[in-house]
Amino acid sequence: MTNVNVNSVAKTYGTTPVLTDISTDFPEGSFTSLLGPSGSGKTTLLRIIAGFIRPDEGIVSIGGRDVTHVPVWGRNIGMMFQSYALFPHMTIAQNVAFGLGRRGIHGAEARKQVDAALEMVHLPGFADRMPKQLSGGQQQRVALARAMVIKPSVLLLDEPLSALDRRLRQEMQVELLRIQRESGLTTIFVTHDQEEALTLSDKVAILDKGRIVQIGDPETVYEKPLTRFAAEFLGDSNFLKGKVESGAVRLADGTVVHAAGTLPADGAQATLAVRPEKMFVAKDPSPGNRLTARITTVIYAGQALSYILETADGMQVKLFAQNRDGNVLKQGETVVLGWSADHTVAVAD
Amino acid sequence: MRSDAILNDAARGSSDPRQRRPIPAWVATTALLLPTYGWLTLAVLLPLLTMFVFSFMSATPMGKTPIVFTLKHYRAFIDQPYLINIAWTSLVIGFWTTLLCAVFGFLAAVALARATVGRMRETLLVLLLLPFWTNGLVRVFSWTMVLRENGFLDGVVDMVLPDIGSISFLYTRYAVVLGLVHGYLPYMILTCYIALSTIDDAIIEAAASLGARWWTILLRILLPLAAPGLISGAVLTFVPVIGSFMEPRILGGKVGVTMGTVIEDQFTQAFNWPLGAALSFTLLAVVLAIFATFSGVLRRGTTA
Ligand SMILES: Nc1ncnc2c1ncn2[C@@H]1O[C@H](COP(=O)(O)OP(=O)(O)O)[C@@H](O)[C@H]1O
Ligand SMILES: [Mg+2]
Repeated sequence: MTNVNVNSVAKTYGTTPVLTDISTDFPEGSFTSLLGPSGSGKTTLLRIIAGFIRPDEGIVSIGGRDVTHVPVWGRNIGMMFQSYALFPHMTIAQNVAFGLGRRGIHGAEARKQVDAALEMVHLPGFADRMPKQLSGGQQQRVALARAMVIKPSVLLLDEPLSALDRRLRQEMQVELLRIQRESGLTTIFVTHDQEEALTLSDKVAILDKGRIVQIGDPETVYEKPLTRFAAEFLGDSNFLKGKVESGAVRLADGTVVHAAGTLPADGAQATLAVRPEKMFVAKDPSPGNRLTARITTVIYAGQALSYILETADGMQVKLFAQNRDGNVLKQGETVVLGWSADHTVAVAD
Repeated sequence: MRSDAILNDAARGSSDPRQRRPIPAWVATTALLLPTYGWLTLAVLLPLLTMFVFSFMSATPMGKTPIVFTLKHYRAFIDQPYLINIAWTSLVIGFWTTLLCAVFGFLAAVALARATVGRMRETLLVLLLLPFWTNGLVRVFSWTMVLRENGFLDGVVDMVLPDIGSISFLYTRYAVVLGLVHGYLPYMILTCYIALSTIDDAIIEAAASLGARWWTILLRILLPLAAPGLISGAVLTFVPVIGSFMEPRILGGKVGVTMGTVIEDQFTQAFNWPLGAALSFTLLAVVLAIFATFSGVLRRGTTA
């Protein structure tokens, strides 16, 4: 059992709280992304789990063992850094063997494991080169081999791919996912790239100002955001504000919008989130929500079309459409937007 | 399309009078190096050359004695075998001073590079550089205050352990090495600190994450990566220590006879400049021979 558990962890630098009451579980074998804007505390949380930072409060346990006061070298973690962090004075083989040596594995046995690790990252035959002689992508593979060869309890990655160019990054994402699936290693991955987070992970944790605002599988977090911040940070969203009235929300212009899930009590203010790609131009009366708006901006991007619309009382709405029939709506046109109540969720501000 | 561009370029090249050919790289390099090398030639090489000529003269060319060119000063080590002992003493003092500077300097530089709390690093740096700003003579004489019998050191020892008596070691080689280490430690700290501060923190963190404790990080990561700094620090220490005369004279007393003091005596007391010069150049040759012997090790250290 090598899950990672974080319980009521808090960290303050000076008087600024960087992490506030973080409690979450990273199940065995899961791939979790910590996603959030710069400065939201992702790195701090990862470094607390790694042991580089001691939390002011709270408990970190790895595989059921309380490691809050265990130093980094005693935690058996694999770590990857944005700067690769290979030892520049050692050959590739010596780099990979470093962690084995710390575990008393030397000689032929170490050599065998190093070769297997280099094989795993598709770099056989690179053992005797120096890190300087490798490209960035290759160095990152060596860093992965070095972290994996010690059979860590948990793999911790802090934006390991952001220094690579786009194509290499996608290649490494595939590699990383394959190796993680094969090894079944609990992995925590820090990123500020939402696409990366969605494609790689089984769980996404959204951080904002030192709190985890939502954690769940990518689909749930995307389709059912809990807060306005989560809806906005992951993808794009329209927000409709109104007052709750007999199980629906009445907007300022009188439109009644139905939503999935529970709403606040009657009479309360509510904010509803709708993804722009879930809306469509309604031709004939059909069940679901509708809203009348005038097109103010047309953004033509070939295969995709984006429109910005405005309702009579000045609320802005975005609409994404596929360019299926080549008919582009004109600026100034007034249309009726339709969407399903299932795609409408109430979010906290 | 391409030929058009070439034609345009050619046309512009011939018609635009402002278009100039770039300065060749060697001209720029020469121009940049000239002031430094000119100054070095004037201020260092010429006097050194004069000394080299002096070392072949029979007497200091300032009196009325006729000057004859001779090689006899270079036979000094054969004619006066006690000089070999003195040279050996100098080398031993140089070795210990450099070794102690390397050990303490490296550790101090590590502490300095790792200090991140507030303005700690700046404070430590200033404290370490203080010896640089004090007059060397004052620094050395203050050690005599500390080390002499019933001096500051004895006073402190007497307070803690009253029965032990005097542990004064002024006028021994230990005192000489102590004074020299004090004087040259800042060079070693600075060269090591510069080498260490180029090391990415993530490298140290990666080592820790792989299970390395502090001594492993120190010996397997920091030491090899700081080797260039250690080596340049060692050269910066060893060479002047071999020729030092102030510390041996003041802190060594009777036992403080080194090549440095012997050479100084030739210039100030015996007024035998040619012998002093010849001894200096012999010493220089010995130092170069030592570096040549170890150059394999040094080169491996600097390229690692
Ligand atoms: N050593 C530190 N001292 C003071 N403030 C820090 C320190 N480390 C991080 N912070 C602050 O904590 C906040 C979160 O930092 P970090 O965890 O690096 O965010 P992220 O990785 O999400 O960009 C930032 O506002 C940063 O300025
Ligand atoms: Mg970060």
